[in-house]
Amino acid sequence: MKLAKKSLIACAAAALLLTSACGGGGSGQAENKGGAEPAKAKPFEGKKITVFVQNHPWTDTIKAALPEFEAATGMKVDIQGFSDTQLQQKLAVQLTSRSESPDVFMFRPYMDRIQYAKNGWLSPLDDNVKKNPNYEFGDFLKSAVDENTADGKLLGIPIFADQFVLYYRKDLLEKHGMAVPKTLDELKEAAKKLHDPANEMYGFVARGERNSLVVGVSSYLFAQGGDFLKGDLSSGATATVNTPEAISGFQIYADLLRNYAPQGVLNMAWPQAAGIFAQGKAAFFTETGSVYQNVTDPKKSLVSDKVGFAMFPAGSNGVKPFNVAAWSLGINANTKNKDASWAFIEWATNKENVLKIQRNGVPGLRNSVWDKKEGTETYPQDLAAAIKETMKVGIGHNVPQVISVGEARDAVGTIVVKAVLGEDIKAAADKANAELQAIIDKDKAK
Amino acid sequence: MSSTWIDRNIKWIFSLPAVIFILVMVAFPIAYTVRISLYEWSMSASTPPKWVGLGNYAGLLTGDRFWASVGRTFFHTGVSIVIETILGILIAVLVSRKFKGQKTTKTLLMLPMVATPVSISLVWLLIYEPSIGLANQILKALSLKPLPWLGSVDLVLPSLILVDVWQWTPMIVLIVVAGLTTLPTDPYESASVDGATAAQKFFHITLPLLMPTILTAVILRLIDLLKTFDTIYATTQGGPNYASETLNIMVFNEAFTYFKFGSASALMMLFFLLIMVVIIALIALKKRLGGLH
Repeated sequence: MKLAKKSLIACAAAALLLTSACGGGGSGQAENKGGAEPAKAKPFEGKKITVFVQNHPWTDTIKAALPEFEAATGMKVDIQGFSDTQLQQKLAVQLTSRSESPDVFMFRPYMDRIQYAKNGWLSPLDDNVKKNPNYEFGDFLKSAVDENTADGKLLGIPIFADQFVLYYRKDLLEKHGMAVPKTLDELKEAAKKLHDPANEMYGFVARGERNSLVVGVSSYLFAQGGDFLKGDLSSGATATVNTPEAISGFQIYADLLRNYAPQGVLNMAWPQAAGIFAQGKAAFFTETGSVYQNVTDPKKSLVSDKVGFAMFPAGSNGVKPFNVAAWSLGINANTKNKDASWAFIEWATNKENVLKIQRNGVPGLRNSVWDKKEGTETYPQDLAAAIKETMKVGIGHNVPQVISVGEARDAVGTIVVKAVLGEDIKAAADKANAELQAIIDKDKAK
Repeated sequence: MSSTWIDRNIKWIFSLPAVIFILVMVAFPIAYTVRISLYEWSMSASTPPKWVGLGNYAGLLTGDRFWASVGRTFFHTGVSIVIETILGILIAVLVSRKFKGQKTTKTLLMLPMVATPVSISLVWLLIYEPSIGLANQILKALSLKPLPWLGSVDLVLPSLILVDVWQWTPMIVLIVVAGLTTLPTDPYESASVDGATAAQKFFHITLPLLMPTILTAVILRLIDLLKTFDTIYATTQGGPNYASETLNIMVFNEAFTYFKFGSASALMMLFFLLIMVVIIALIALKKRLGGLH
């Protein structure tokens, strides 16, 4: 029975492909040819759009739901998944060459928005979101929508979020009669107490790889009152990674890594750090909440039932973890299929799908979904609480807000690496500040 | 009439495909890279390429990352080539003697070479994993302190050299074994008559006779070593900090992390010149040695 259903879908897909090939891609022709079917039932009969996405639980859920959408609209959606870095490079090449493909793609507003807006790579969506009242665009988290806006234009629909939280080992804290750290000082104390390298138990683990750690250190920076830069890029910004506040943020993070993290931490991005934590070899781990399944899934983790979650601890400047719209869907400015592309995005980000995706472990950005019991019941309760709270107070960025983010991350990440290696942090911060300022000045001229 | 034109120009006509191939596949890309290297270009549609002359080159030559990368490239290449050559010759001499399981040994030696570099890197990434990796398990079994193989600024290049030696020494072995089979037998017979020891035979007969073969193997390995990219990128991406950033990794970062295509092209031209100098010197050396006997 199942097989028959599958082959039916395959036949339908093949037929669609054939019609689009015969139709020469012209939408008018395709509509005429589909004479037997009522045009309104399948508004995009014979259309085909290409979607570039990151390989991610989000993508898996959407792919599973796709046949239903294709049947309803008559369009064929070709979803191509890449790794994070591959996607960046592939998009850069496609968009620079003004290619019509992909029609829809995933991008990171916190990294790419300024550059993509400047290059005119995204098609504005302001009119699209108003067309269908059932879509309820107002339901999206305001800060996430702002993050997707540049020069007053909406460039993408936020699809999932990253909130920086504290992961800890419930059993260890209980055993030692300790409370969950509420401040960075308490975190340091607790990490010190539980640090026992002779028995392969480390007090702390987190990202240590130069480029990757910038996201990880940003919440420490904000908690101590620092930031990467001051002012707006277009009017002239000043690099601030060598202010006393910033340095104290970098210092706390570097100390935790240097004193309580396992060997080789300087080579770790989040998957490696999460791996150490999942092996039960670290007491504390700071990372975005969206990767929690890496440590709570019994298939991936030896401590799946012992992990607790909490708000990221407060620093001298209060509770300031980051809360960013990690990934968005946007429409290629050069696509010929703008309507079909929007139909896909509207469907993928409607309430039902956001709920479905969120229940599969990917935090969405619709308020109504978070308010529902179904939206949070699949999450560890303490994680859901920490995410919800962070969404209220969080800072809306986690990397330097410049065009050349990759270069800026390398410059800033070096501060922590040098400090972990025992070099003078002030000298490292001064050097990085000069480099970041040079990047800002260059970007301003772009 | 026309046939005489063809007859007269036959040598040009036959070499034309080769000339076209060289122009399209070699000369054009190099010329194009030279051109881009004189511009500042970030692939942005709104900011067209900006002419900066030799600015990209000046920026690289005065920055500290370039020279550090040159140093690392030569360190990685130099140390690897010396170890691989010595080990390769020794193993070649050993496996070319008749013993039980000789064929199996030769086949096993081929294995690291035929696997793809990225899969090898992933395997070594697991071996080097600081807490559960095989390398540290072995150290622990020997009651030694575990090492942060790829996570330490001082250890990362030696660790990467070890991977390269493991993977590519067999190539030297294969070439040298092939060379050994072509050696004449008379010198060994006369040496035996004169009462030479095995070591004397090796250093005074085998090694000199093998020199051209060895140098060919070294040149082939050297070109590949200077270009090493996949294993380094797949294991460390040039880190920790910049401790394993060789020239090739730096080119990749300039182009695809920073989107500085002008600077990346300039870097590639400098890299190209460096390799040319090294290879020309080696070929000259090979000619001189070849002329000795």
